[in-house]
Amino acid sequence: MSITDLDLYSQAILLLAGLIALTSFLMLGQSRLVRLVFIFAVQGCLLAGATAMAAGVLNYPHLYISAGLSLLLKGIVIPLLLHRLIHRMGLHREMDTIDHPARLMMGGTALVVFSYYVSLPIVQHSTLVTLNAIAVSLAVVLLGMLLMISRRQAVAHVVGFMSIENGLFFAAVVSTYGMPMVVELGVAFDVLVAAVVFGVFFFQIRASIDSLNVDRLSKLTEVER
Amino acid sequence: MDWILAILETLLFIGAAPLLAGWTKRVKCRLQNRKPPSLLQPYRDLLKLYRKQPILPHPASWIFRAAPYVVFAATVLTAAFVPLVAVNLPTAKIADVIVLVGFFALARTFLVLAGMDIGTAFGGMGSSREMTIASLAEPAMLMAVFTLAMSAHTTNLSQAMNYVLDTGLVLRPSFVFALGGLMLVAVAETGRIPVDNPATHLELTMIHEAMILEYSGRWLALIEWASQIKLMLYGVLIANIFFPWGIARDFSPESIGIGVGMIALKLALLAILLVLSETAFAKMRIFRVQEYLSFAYLLSVLGLLSHIILEAARVHH
Repeated sequence: MSITDLDLYSQAILLLAGLIALTSFLMLGQSRLVRLVFIFAVQGCLLAGATAMAAGVLNYPHLYISAGLSLLLKGIVIPLLLHRLIHRMGLHREMDTIDHPARLMMGGTALVVFSYYVSLPIVQHSTLVTLNAIAVSLAVVLLGMLLMISRRQAVAHVVGFMSIENGLFFAAVVSTYGMPMVVELGVAFDVLVAAVVFGVFFFQIRASIDSLNVDRLSKLTEVER
Repeated sequence: MDWILAILETLLFIGAAPLLAGWTKRVKCRLQNRKPPSLLQPYRDLLKLYRKQPILPHPASWIFRAAPYVVFAATVLTAAFVPLVAVNLPTAKIADVIVLVGFFALARTFLVLAGMDIGTAFGGMGSSREMTIASLAEPAMLMAVFTLAMSAHTTNLSQAMNYVLDTGLVLRPSFVFALGGLMLVAVAETGRIPVDNPATHLELTMIHEAMILEYSGRWLALIEWASQIKLMLYGVLIANIFFPWGIARDFSPESIGIGVGMIALKLALLAILLVLSETAFAKMRIFRVQEYLSFAYLLSVLGLLSHIILEAARVHH
């Protein structure tokens, strides 16, 4: 079955999957924290859109609730929380340095190919139309991890972490019509709590090392040698 | 009969290119609260330049004199095989889109050689910058083209447009990425803001103008005309590959008429889009251009990957 045989809504899900992968790449290349959080919010909105489309196509009304939840939490509340945190810590003008942007992007592309290779056996044994997107969701998870290991700012780490969660959620939507409602509500609440806890944690890190640059955490002594 | 139509289409193409440039300038003036010049101003400028006597710099060799003709001829040949108002014309069958990229490269090579030929600092600087940008933009453009070719199973423009028309409206992730990549490349290759500023002479950041600084008279007219055709070529490529609806598929007068109207409408809209982005963004530092073009390349590669991952046919066991 190729894309020309699908109906427009299924095509739209695949299109949104592509755009979600694009936002992951944009986050990888973005060195300004405010814009990073903004792209994260866009990813949340796209995810909510894809979920709502899936709810319509697969006729699973409970996915509408998931879509609404992820729009509210990942598209609005958590980005706003992070945005306020960045402003309160005075980080909104700070640039995180990305050491080798081109190499990072090539690495990201390699991760996409890798996740396609890994998910190929799963995709070939199913008839679910949206399952092609499972490679994309795996890629979003891996790109979130790449974002976390390539950055020094703690805020960027949190955004990477949340984007990993986005990838897992998307995988659940396209492969198993979403998780059970209880699990989904629990995860959504966890993510919200995590955002708040991370906020407290930022202030702790800054109080102890006077910066959010986590590279400084690897030094054991206070004195430079 | 077909050949006559093809020649007429090419003449329309090169004849309408200054009009598109005039329209772009007019919209830009409107957006910047200036009084716009007439739509026909580019024609008058070309005519004025054509009547003036060209001046040959002392150290210039035959390359400097030949370059305008080579550039113009290569651009016109490219315009001949890009479908403008109708598909299935005999000229479109001659060459495919890789030849198109090759013709652009030929024109650019001669322009760059001419820029270095006279040995001024500006010429050499502009040439080196042009080559830097071209070497980054060309892979991105080819990748975007290959994305298209993988869906349509052809690199021939006319056949690709037929394929898109036959399949109707399909939301392809790969086409969206390829469109984005091609638009970024088009902005870089035609020397618009944020990569180069077409409206300025004598500025240290210029690229295209730096190469042609020593040209005057009819040679300058030919180069200017060629760059206007190049802008229109990119516009037509974007409009007709990704939104080919309205293009004539037979040669009856009605469908040709609809084709002319539709392509004029599409190009006018694309020009407005271009001007909006030019007004919204500032010109980049020259050393940021490689980041911009590597983003274009990334978009095209993602297009290729998303074609394989999301769109490819699946075998059922």
